[in-house]
Amino acid sequence: MAILEILKLPDARLKQVSEPVERFDEKLHAFIDDLEETRRDGPAAVGIAAPQLGHHQRIIIIDCSHTRKPVANHGHLILVNPEITEWDGFELGREGCLSVPDYTGNVIRAERIKLTAQDKFGESREYEMEGYEARALQHEVDHLDGVLFVDRLVSRRTDLFQRKVYQKGGKKKK
Amino acid sequence: MDWQMMTLVGEDRLGIVSRVTDALYRGGCSLGETSMMRLGGNFTIMMMVSAGDQPLETLIAQVADELQLQVHIDPIRGELHQHRVPNFQVRVVGADRAGIVAGVTGALAESGFNVLELESDVAGSAEQPVYIMTIQGYSEETLERLQSALDGLGGEEIELNISPIETLIG
Repeated sequence: MAILEILKLPDARLKQVSEPVERFDEKLHAFIDDLEETRRDGPAAVGIAAPQLGHHQRIIIIDCSHTRKPVANHGHLILVNPEITEWDGFELGREGCLSVPDYTGNVIRAERIKLTAQDKFGESREYEMEGYEARALQHEVDHLDGVLFVDRLVSRRTDLFQRKVYQKGGKKKK
Repeated sequence: MDWQMMTLVGEDRLGIVSRVTDALYRGGCSLGETSMMRLGGNFTIMMMVSAGDQPLETLIAQVADELQLQVHIDPIRGELHQHRVPNFQVRVVGADRAGIVAGVTGALAESGFNVLELESDVAGSAEQPVYIMTIQGYSEETLERLQSALDGLGGEEIELNISPIETLIG
């Protein structure tokens, strides 16, 4: 296991779209171990995505089980080839990123999502997430598509509008 | 780096930011953090500006004169990369009542709540103004302690709430 270097903005590699994982082998597992060790090394990150280490494969890790105030969560998740299939609701929340030091800002995310993914052995999984965990998932999946939270910032003043708007029928982001 | 804080205030019109920043760029200045807002229909901006080829007053004089901007410049002690992450947000929405900002921020200050950002607006109509304020800040206190500090400040016509901000680092 090794702690790898986290790419920082404005590194162009953070903008690159990652490729699906096809081989669920020892090499993949070794990388996942490094990804987890790197996530744990820095400031308390609830998630990390492979491209943040310059490794352009669709792999993320999230763990929302240790927040200051407990939130609904599925514990520690290693998600390979995650794909969001449904979005519902909108919510504003503050985000930061290991790849964007010394900055946090407000981003609108779907409140509830459904997703499909594979585990590290290639087994298919399905999840329903809400709130903070759904936000973490969307933040990390964005990395796989070369999108950072700073690409989605909204004005602080937007926070005044708490009216909820619902999006029907899960529009694809890609 | 030596920073100066430059404040510009004047009637809002198209192109102020562009003309001001162009003058500063041509004068060899760098910009740090800046914040521009329209307040009561006025253009207002505060900018951290580093020293240029000439005194800042001189560099900005012509543009400020043409756009009729009031200029205020102070040397400041300050650096970039000093952001602090807020962990609580306070919202106040309701009737425009004198003393509400002083009441709320006074109670917060007594609880060791450091205001990091504050924005307030008057919405509604001239006959029925609605006051809207959001405060983001940092406090070591619990939510319950802060809530009780704010108890009784709102009343029937003013909705006042405080909620934790859980910043997601991913």
